Amino acid sequence: MSSSEFLSHFLFTLISFALLLTLVGAVKRMLLWSQGQSSTIHWLGLLQIPRRYLVDLHHVVARDKYMSNTHVATAGGFVLSSILIILLYVFQLTLQILTWALLGSSLLMFIGSIFVMLRRRNPPPNLSLGKWQRLPKSLMVFSLSFFILTLPATGILPSDTGGWLLALLLVAGIIWGIGEMFCGMTWGGPMKHAFAGALHLGLHRRQERFGGQSTGLKAIDLSSKKLGVEKPIDFKWNQLLSFDACVECGRCENNCPAFAAGQPLNPKKLIQDMVIGMAGGDDAKFAGSPYPGIKVGTHKGGAIIPIVNVLVESETLWSCTTCRACVDACPMMIEHVDAIVDMRRFETMEKGQTPGKGSEILENLSATDNPNGFAPSTRMNWAADQNLTVFGHNEKKQQVTQADVLLWVGDAAFDMRNQRTLRAMIKLLRAAKVDFAVLGDAECDSGDLARRLGDEATFQRLANSNISTMNKYSFNTIVTADPHAFHCIKNEYGEFGGNYNVMHHTGFFAELVSQQKIKLDNSKELALTYHDPCYLGRYNGEYDAPRFLLESMGVKIKEMERSKSTARCCGGGGGAPVTDIPGKQRIPDMRMADVIETKAEIVAVACPGCSAMLEGVVEPRPEVKDIAELMLDALIEDTGEDMVGAQV
Amino acid sequence: MSNNNLSVISLVSLGEHPTSRRPRRAEQDARAIELGIKLVGDNLQTLHAGELSDDASQQTALRSYLGMGLAEIKLLEMPADADAVLVIADYLKQQKTDIILTGVRAENGESSGMLPYLLAEQLGMAMVTSIADILSIDEVNKQAEVLQALPRGQRRKLKVDLPFIASVDMAAALPRQSAFGPAMRGQFETTLGGTFTDEESSDWQIVDAKKRPKRLKIIKAKTAADRFKAATAKASGGGGKVVYGVEESAQAILDLLIEEGLI
Repeated sequence: MSSSEFLSHFLFTLISFALLLTLVGAVKRMLLWSQGQSSTIHWLGLLQIPRRYLVDLHHVVARDKYMSNTHVATAGGFVLSSILIILLYVFQLTLQILTWALLGSSLLMFIGSIFVMLRRRNPPPNLSLGKWQRLPKSLMVFSLSFFILTLPATGILPSDTGGWLLALLLVAGIIWGIGEMFCGMTWGGPMKHAFAGALHLGLHRRQERFGGQSTGLKAIDLSSKKLGVEKPIDFKWNQLLSFDACVECGRCENNCPAFAAGQPLNPKKLIQDMVIGMAGGDDAKFAGSPYPGIKVGTHKGGAIIPIVNVLVESETLWSCTTCRACVDACPMMIEHVDAIVDMRRFETMEKGQTPGKGSEILENLSATDNPNGFAPSTRMNWAADQNLTVFGHNEKKQQVTQADVLLWVGDAAFDMRNQRTLRAMIKLLRAAKVDFAVLGDAECDSGDLARRLGDEATFQRLANSNISTMNKYSFNTIVTADPHAFHCIKNEYGEFGGNYNVMHHTGFFAELVSQQKIKLDNSKELALTYHDPCYLGRYNGEYDAPRFLLESMGVKIKEMERSKSTARCCGGGGGAPVTDIPGKQRIPDMRMADVIETKAEIVAVACPGCSAMLEGVVEPRPEVKDIAELMLDALIEDTGEDMVGAQV
Repeated sequence: MSNNNLSVISLVSLGEHPTSRRPRRAEQDARAIELGIKLVGDNLQTLHAGELSDDASQQTALRSYLGMGLAEIKLLEMPADADAVLVIADYLKQQKTDIILTGVRAENGESSGMLPYLLAEQLGMAMVTSIADILSIDEVNKQAEVLQALPRGQRRKLKVDLPFIASVDMAAALPRQSAFGPAMRGQFETTLGGTFTDEESSDWQIVDAKKRPKRLKIIKAKTAADRFKAATAKASGGGGKVVYGVEESAQAILDLLIEEGLI
């Protein structure tokens, strides 16, 4: 028997065996996922995997051009090679064209793997080391072995080239290669991301994400025996699957404001800890950046062991501002924020351990419908001089049941800083002759804060109360200056039967400006930058309207390096100012440093939370102004001529 | 502290939020539960006299005590016009209790703060007002060391014989957060309380309390340090003296009125 005959026989056995082993691993992995709670299985999503991979996933990967090209070559080469290897060596099709194709695909993969190797010579801190440092070598060995193996078959080299020595080398290389690339996929190697990732793309819990948007938190049944997630098995099975998809690229870590501030959160480590929890073990082998201030190797977990304070410290969960930067940056479409809120729900609703001022704030929300415990009857005090139309009864005992616009005031009503924004909004609405009314004292907090602090019960009560109030009246649009209320009403009230046309004030004013109903002076020259609120930008994809308004005022925005979808959070979301987990620096200080870098004198904001956080940065610093305030400064009011016309 | 043989009962009422006037867990009663849990853990018994209302917000308020981790609240059912003191005393007489904890005064209703005193009278127990903590319990000598809260952050350590009633002050440790899950799953063990109609209060007229007029305080302080002193310093009792005799008392009052420029 010649060495080439031996090889082809041996490879049949070896590859078949490896595939069988991979299959066994796959079943074992699936059993791990099936420990989770039931959730809708979107079978049809499986058909969408190629499209979601090529469009949605690649769109995120392509933010780093080097890596996207590398991945196209490596992954494309690998998928193609695998198919060809199976056809050639398992089904033993001896078509010359397949041989040539394998030669090409393995070469492509080899080229890709060189770039992977280069990236990992001086890896940036967000990349995990350990087994991930082995991957480029495995990729090279795999691709090179099959490339050399295929050369004689194409006739470029005579068969039996290299004799037994090369044959043995090839056998060794192929065992390593397919061990890592096939078996490793389902037995927990770095290639696990390909197997779990593909399934996760297909069976994703938020199918609407692909080609659309799905950012609202999901409601839970408040009568269930356990509220929230205590142990890994309390996650939905498709959440467990999603954790396995993590490729440890650390883009989440690069974008996480809490991580940058030195608070004990690293989204990548959190997801890896969830994997440890699901499969059992400790975190000693984790080879990426730790949670700031917490040593790696000190925590362990298991599928039926409580997570908090065993596997993950509670401070880690409460450091998150729910800014969604990690979710947005994740090429594997993992939903970190969902997982964090799920665990917070257990902490708050079962253990009663919301840290910091959480307990007080939640008690206030249930007793007074606002987080700071002000009397509900004083909600309209700020507008004593505004002569607003209030839905329901008014002072003249008239019933107001309809208006074109419902102006959602929000908790800015109790905050003197943000009352300025509200006043500016009212002047603008009046200048544009918009027919609007407010809910007055009947309005409650939107529930955003309660929900993100894990108190789903209070959220649902507030949401239901607001919905039943609003359903009494007829209006076309809800307009609000608060992106958190905007997001809640738009994306989270639907599950409770509240479906409304909601607009953020920037979107609404942008329409009025483009319809010439509001005229803005564009002669002022302002050195200005714009800070994207997370709940307007990443949560609702609104990046253009605020910029359109600023440009209508003649402003050339000095964009920050991190703007639009990569904008850094102000630190005010997700109840982070309430839980107040200590770090090395404050998130708003870092954001203000971003502002100062642009040499802007004014930072335009579009959220009461952002204005509070950024104004909390010590002076001297650029001025913080809401877009509504800037618009009021630039408003060209109707001159007397129109007034005369109106009087005649 | 492990006081396994100790029997501690905390009495809870429906509270009322000062600004929204909505029912809630009463702040002092919640502190009493916190103290009770510290003393005996799961063995703490909790008692409420009243009706289990159909009103969701009232139920939620009562349930928020359960949310502190209690398995159940004993509910002595009584009609709204019954005298809670008698109903509770009737029940407690049949129990062997070492410590009864209450708030200093209810957040609504009569809010007289008399309940612990009247209960102590009925049960023949000692009564300690406004405690901040129970430091230790000597079960052999049947004695407890109690920390009483006095104005301006002062504390007084007292030794009290068991059994006793204590009203818990706002200075006691903050109550733990009430969690929704346990609050919903906790049980009310309902028993019919004795029937004691409150005859006296039936012909009372109830009007909203008015704030007492406050004497204008003219602060002459010029510096921040002086203002701080004025705000925090203990009122010096230099001018006060105990006056006996009708003549002297009348003279003292007249002098004060003249001094204040009212006559």
